[in-house]
Amino acid sequence: MLRHALELASAWAVPLLLAGIPLFALARKVKVYPAFVEGARQGFETAVRIMPPLVAVLVALGMLRASGALDLAAGALAPVLGRLGIPAPVLPLLLVRPLSGGGALGVVGDVLRAEGPDSYAGRLASVMAGSTETTFYVLAVYMGAVGIGRYRQALPAALLADAAGFAASVIVVRALFP
Amino acid sequence: MGVLLAILFAASVAVAAATGRMAALTAAAMQSAQQAIALALGLAGVMALWLGLMKVAEEAGLVGLLARAARPLLRRLFPEVPPEHPAMGAMLLNLSANLLGLGNAATPFGIEAMRRLEELRPAEAPAGVATDAQALFCAMNTASLQLVPASVLALRAAAGSRAPAEILGATLLATACAAVVAVTAAKVLRPLFPVRREEEGRP
Repeated sequence: MLRHALELASAWAVPLLLAGIPLFALARKVKVYPAFVEGARQGFETAVRIMPPLVAVLVALGMLRASGALDLAAGALAPVLGRLGIPAPVLPLLLVRPLSGGGALGVVGDVLRAEGPDSYAGRLASVMAGSTETTFYVLAVYMGAVGIGRYRQALPAALLADAAGFAASVIVVRALFP
Repeated sequence: MGVLLAILFAASVAVAAATGRMAALTAAAMQSAQQAIALALGLAGVMALWLGLMKVAEEAGLVGLLARAARPLLRRLFPEVPPEHPAMGAMLLNLSANLLGLGNAATPFGIEAMRRLEELRPAEAPAGVATDAQALFCAMNTASLQLVPASVLALRAAAGSRAPAEILGATLLATACAAVVAVTAAKVLRPLFPVRREEEGRP
């Protein structure tokens, strides 16, 4: 039941927004085309802005793979990770996701290329990347903006939320894509 | 992140030295750097489409509509913030913009919210220490409740997925779990993190 609803939502979300938002905007007398072009420019700038972290992370992953270090780590951690339902190529995502948004996209891109976007590892990496934010960046920007140095419960709560998001990703992907 | 990168680079070189794959390592480093730029360019089209669409949504007032819908929930989560205080409005706009994936618009609202929450800081609370409301607001933000993660969608499309959007429902469910845990943990852990430390000596 829930599975069917989620499948339906996945299939319809993008088309509905593509058709609905411009119509809604027209009805509210918004100049749709100039607004779209302005936003699209920001989208392109985003792609350019994530290039540096993407280079850093993809080079690190490429070196790890070519040197054989990734196989070594995967072999050592396989029993633990296997039980948790996390394939070895997805492991770097757990480390990078809270630290760097562009870096996390790099890891996901790497997994999608190596394992295929429609594999278990590819789907899991996609869902994990979307399940939480770049925790340390968000905290640094928002707390820093008002000169707060002691975050109190914010940091443990945020990290617990990251862990919960990752765990939920494994469970949901396994349930939805058997 | 810098430490992590340095360790990964050094570990790769060390392992390559041990396994005699130095030449392959160098080639992989150069190739990966090229692939990174190709990947970013592959993303650009979908990101432009999505942020263009969301800009239209923003100008049509969708952020404001979402904010109105979320108001009752946020009132309950932040009982210490008066409902008509500007902090409430800024937090609502921040969360609504995040929900639509408007990162560029969300950050200024978020910073404004933190400033306004600063005005509500009790007189006895020391400066430089997060108030309960600020901690909860930040924790919620790190869970990234987002309807459509456009960058992941773009990556999947670029990688040639048969159904790039099939992960949307799963992502929404996972991110909702993260958000619920963020809010619960921020509320439950509060007594463990008193505003004032009992002893000056504690780290």
